[in-house]
Amino acid sequence: MIRFEQVTKRYPGGHTALERVDVDIARGEMVVVTGHSGAGKSTLLKLLAVMERPTEGRVCVGGEDVSSLRRAALPYWRRSIGLIMQDQRLLFDRSAFDNVMLPLSISGHAPREASHRVHAAMERVGLAGREKAMPVELSGGEQQRLTIARAIVNRPQILLADEPTAHLDDAYARDIAELFRSFNEAGVTVLLTTHDGGLFSRYASRGLTLAHGQLQ
Amino acid sequence: MNWLRLQVRAAGRAARQMLRQPFNTLLAAVVVGIAAALPATGYMLLGNLQRLAGHVSAAPEVSVFMQPGIPAQALRDAEKAIRARAAQARVELVTRDAALARFRANDALADILDALPDNPFTDAFIVRPRDADAQALEALRSDLAKLPDVEHVQLDSDWARRLDAAIALGRQALFMLAGVLGLGLVAVTFNTIRLQLLTQRDEIEVSRLLGATDAWIRRPFHWFGTLQGLLGGALAGLLTLAAGRMLSQPVAELAGLYSLEFVLRPLSALDWTALLSVCALLGWLGASASVRRHLSRIA
Repeated sequence: MIRFEQVTKRYPGGHTALERVDVDIARGEMVVVTGHSGAGKSTLLKLLAVMERPTEGRVCVGGEDVSSLRRAALPYWRRSIGLIMQDQRLLFDRSAFDNVMLPLSISGHAPREASHRVHAAMERVGLAGREKAMPVELSGGEQQRLTIARAIVNRPQILLADEPTAHLDDAYARDIAELFRSFNEAGVTVLLTTHDGGLFSRYASRGLTLAHGQLQ
Repeated sequence: MNWLRLQVRAAGRAARQMLRQPFNTLLAAVVVGIAAALPATGYMLLGNLQRLAGHVSAAPEVSVFMQPGIPAQALRDAEKAIRARAAQARVELVTRDAALARFRANDALADILDALPDNPFTDAFIVRPRDADAQALEALRSDLAKLPDVEHVQLDSDWARRLDAAIALGRQALFMLAGVLGLGLVAVTFNTIRLQLLTQRDEIEVSRLLGATDAWIRRPFHWFGTLQGLLGGALAGLLTLAAGRMLSQPVAELAGLYSLEFVLRPLSALDWTALLSVCALLGWLGASASVRRHLSRIA
């Protein structure tokens, strides 16, 4: 389903984040990418979300080369994936409900259906009843759950998560890992990066390790 | 999803954004309102002045005053002579009695006329030529002055024509003022939207990551500018209305001194529609230019 073909990414300034990476991920897999800081984990996800373009090689999803998508086609590709960034990117002047509603507003869902989906997504991540809370009123774990709710509310087939358990204590991290497992069991293809491979090793179909931009 | 529904939602998002910053919204609307109120008030006053000018004839008139006490036959001969010299004109005889009756109808003048021992007026002819050319009128005046029994000939329309010219000049000046202030209004909106884009930078970036198209991002900013223009236009209309109310009493008193009944008319429904439409359009233009210039800089 997801295929990285000889992908190299060099940033302006000459830093090589990824070097000739070949990865195949089948539909319904849960793949965990580990590696030290600067190993290229985040770049891998950014290439798949087309936040960056490869310097060489290509990234294909379902046979389509998403790395060469035109700018006008990008939004529609991004609507089909769930994206959880390391820095969460929550809107702190909006309620939890409005944060989760944003992807549905963008994709043009009718308000009633969208509202129903938001409640369902928040319940799914254990935030039922916290719809009116502002992000600042939520704990770190709850904020991460909110980010996950926002990522799954469009019911994506692919979920990308960059360090979803960073800065969380063990109990919260385990809850989050359980959540990803449940999404994967529901048929969602999950690609996540972590510096704590041990936490996800129980749930992952496969583990990949990156070091200095190369797969080990 | 159809176009209209997208627009309605974008307008809703823009309205919510405005309500989140009520003070800023009000301040921007006041700036737009004052900028639009100046030409709007000028337009209202000019319209009323034009209406006032309409009370008096701007068409050329030549008044031919006959010598006092001439016999009726001489008056008939004079009329024939005038009609012969001004074939294309309408000629009206105003007898001295008719003139007296007309002036008596005015309360202020009635007392003065009563104080006089005799009717002070002479018989006169009002000549309204079709040709308004200044040279032709002067030639006619000179020609009529040579007729027997004619005391004095007066060209009456000069001041009215001067007023018309002044109104036309005022209209030109008003258009120029409106143009300059309209540009100012666009600039104000341009800057407001620039600040909005900076304030909402995080939301724009997140929205792009979640699949927002450029059109989806742009739309509420366009509506923001349009709504701000509408709000400013409404404020301008209210300011104009207030100015009209404040001026109506002194204007009525002034008109009374000239024996005129004149009520200052406020902006009509059509004027209101035009004011709101123009302000909304200028707001949209400012927003559109600002979004085009600044959005591409937000990755």
